[in-house]
Amino acid sequence: MARPKKLAFLCRRAPLDGGNAAEILEAVLIAAAFDQEVHILFVDDGVYQLVDGQRPDPIGARGLEGGFAEFADLDIDHVWVERESLAARGLAGTKFAFDAAPVGRAEIAALLAGMDAVIGA
Amino acid sequence: MKFALFVTDSPHGGQASASAFAFASAALDRGHGIERVFFYCEGVHNANRLAAPPGGERSQVREWSRMAAERGVDLAVCINAGLRRGLREVNLAPGFRISGLGQFVEAAIAADRLVSFGG
Repeated sequence: MARPKKLAFLCRRAPLDGGNAAEILEAVLIAAAFDQEVHILFVDDGVYQLVDGQRPDPIGARGLEGGFAEFADLDIDHVWVERESLAARGLAGTKFAFDAAPVGRAEIAALLAGMDAVIGA
Repeated sequence: MKFALFVTDSPHGGQASASAFAFASAALDRGHGIERVFFYCEGVHNANRLAAPPGGERSQVREWSRMAAERGVDLAVCINAGLRRGLREVNLAPGFRISGLGQFVEAAIAADRLVSFGG
């Protein structure tokens, strides 16, 4: 079998901004299920997707915790959150629903340069 | 080179689907291959044959259909994203087919480059 592709999903939108966050998370899970090397980066307003304790059910939206819970089973262990985005939104030190690794903007550029594909979301 | 395209924006939601179409056309013109165009999230609106822009306006849906007919490009639409937005077999434009996310990953694996439009 060919080597797995390195696929980075760049999550830049707030969790309920258009409802795409849950769908992109689904794509992440499927890519991992196909044994690809999946990286997920939460940047810009995308960092809000990680905030713990969200209850979107009263407005009929789906939460993301169910997806995060599958990361371990699917060996998704490249989950990053941008330090600058957290700081700009006063979220440094917040409790997160998933323990993403904080990473600086410059490192993200280097990380993305090593990917086979970057999927904007 | 073989390209796979991932389209997540609707024809009228922004520039992304027109850019994806222009990219696919240019790639084919220069002798490259398009492994598949996969439509996801709001991108599924590209496949709705009920879309009827007034005369004089560009119909992105019809242009995709023409590309599929004339150049044999595989246009795959995610079934879950489609059903969520009222797209199903009955209103699927010619040249598109209903598919699943696995086919997005398959295309990403098979292609030399995956290019994402939207988001």
